[in-house]
Amino acid sequence: MIELHNIKLSFGSRILIDGATARFECGSMTALLGRNGTGKSTLLRAMAALGKVQAGEIIIDGESVADMPSHRLARLVSFVNTERVDVEALTVYDLVAVGRAPYTDWMGRLTAEDRAAVDRAMRVAGVEAMSHRFVETLSDGECQRVMIARALAQATPIILLDEPTAFLDMPNRYELCTLLHRLAHDEGKCIIFSTHELDIALSLADSIALVDTPDLRHLPTQEMVKSGSIERLFVSEYVSFDATTQSIHLRRE
Amino acid sequence: MRRGGQYILFAVLAVMLIALAVGDLLIGTTSVPLADVWAALTGGATTEEYRVIVGELRLPKVVVAIFAGMALSASGLEMQTLFRNPLAGPYVLGINSGASLGVALFTIAMPMIGSGAATMLARIGLTGMAWVGSAAILLLVMFLSRKIKNINVILILGMMLGSAISAVVGILQYLGTEESLKAFVVWTMGSLSTVTIADLWVLVPAVVVGLVLAISAVKSLNMLLLGESYARTMGLRVGLSRCVIFLSTTLLAGTITAFCGPIGFIGLAMPHLARMTFRTADHRVLMPAAMLWGAVSMLLCCVVCDIVARGGVMLPVNTVTSLLAIPVIVIVVIRNRNRQ
Repeated sequence: MIELHNIKLSFGSRILIDGATARFECGSMTALLGRNGTGKSTLLRAMAALGKVQAGEIIIDGESVADMPSHRLARLVSFVNTERVDVEALTVYDLVAVGRAPYTDWMGRLTAEDRAAVDRAMRVAGVEAMSHRFVETLSDGECQRVMIARALAQATPIILLDEPTAFLDMPNRYELCTLLHRLAHDEGKCIIFSTHELDIALSLADSIALVDTPDLRHLPTQEMVKSGSIERLFVSEYVSFDATTQSIHLRRE
Repeated sequence: MRRGGQYILFAVLAVMLIALAVGDLLIGTTSVPLADVWAALTGGATTEEYRVIVGELRLPKVVVAIFAGMALSASGLEMQTLFRNPLAGPYVLGINSGASLGVALFTIAMPMIGSGAATMLARIGLTGMAWVGSAAILLLVMFLSRKIKNINVILILGMMLGSAISAVVGILQYLGTEESLKAFVVWTMGSLSTVTIADLWVLVPAVVVGLVLAISAVKSLNMLLLGESYARTMGLRVGLSRCVIFLSTTLLAGTITAFCGPIGFIGLAMPHLARMTFRTADHRVLMPAAMLWGAVSMLLCCVVCDIVARGGVMLPVNTVTSLLAIPVIVIVVIRNRNRQ
């Protein structure tokens, strides 16, 4: 369980989020929505202790993230971003195995237990058949699943993902989000992912966290749909979105 | 590549290393029979001339070649992984420029300002000044890396710093006398044979500490392969790891450059050769593989120099390493281009 207590985030001098309080439970999947540049990534990075919070606290299981040594945090929170890992001669197995770093010795040697965790992570993410392939040969969809397998190998209760569906085609997007949904419900993980796919978020996520500058609203998906905030936010002079039918309407002259 | 194949490759490289080391002891302007080489090494009966040639000239050179190859290659691998840049090498932070500034101050500026102020510099000597120069660059880069989070900015600053220092060295060269200029240029050409047995007492321990630090960093390097964000969220103290890696690189590349002059391209090419032959990105395999390839390639360069020397031409080692290593880099660049 990860909690935000009255946090304030800014990018340079611009305040992105102010006074945000929310609570994300294990066994549930939350989609983080918001327009471009409203601070979704900044919020996720702050929760992974990759960025600073101007005010307030982020608390995991009753302990403040700011006071936690990095090796302890690494056993609680794992992180997946859109950055493609393009390293020569790196096998999928070796990449996933790096996820065991918080548990291995100074050389990073894998014990039988570590190997079992890596195998299991690859099986759950559906990448076990790619084990000996080089990451440079993977498609974007395969690569993203491998990165999720790495996060699973890290065996953390909380997994944060920054736009995991970017660069993926429609079937891959749904497949990936179904995998995340399964991780929340079958494995009891606390999953928070940012996305621009409103339809996926509304049909699969248990709850929606919406950045409505400078507020952060967090509601169960159905209540969020009823509140009308999504329609209000995702609108321009050319296009509008209907959250109940999940359809996009173009405005013609 | 599977474990078995990797063990075979390690064995092959080890055999090559021994064969080249023996070859390097045998080949030279004076022919020394194998039996006398053996006798000179083990303290057996041989002539005084052979004992000096093998024990005091050729053996130190072989030792220097092995350590130089291991040091440059290990530091090149560290820099390539840290900066996630296949064209990074041991000199990417400007260590060679720092060393050359030290040497330029010693060889060119010292005679210019006269002996009074220069006695302090003279006491440290050419090698010491080169080492001080590269260490100063390291301190500056470490200081910058505390202030600056983005590793690519550090890379750019390192290169700019190097270029700025080269410009200063250029000015010194322009102002220097003909004689002092020659001493400087000879140093830049690189040489393994100027290192004496007494020098080895400094060179070997410094390089060994650098190599131990490099080996201690294999887990951090594996984590850094995925980038600093991932490494941090997996519990790596990125700032500390950077410092260990920078320190290791300075001890390795800085020391070798101080004693032998800047040796081009070995540190850039050999990590790639290790990746290409061992087909792995795991630094637990890659680090020893790169060290072995480095030692083998430096010994090969020495043997080539020795063979040419028999014809009466003394080649600067820097020219041979460049000609040997640049084709490897060209292949890597072309392969990388084809992948995209």
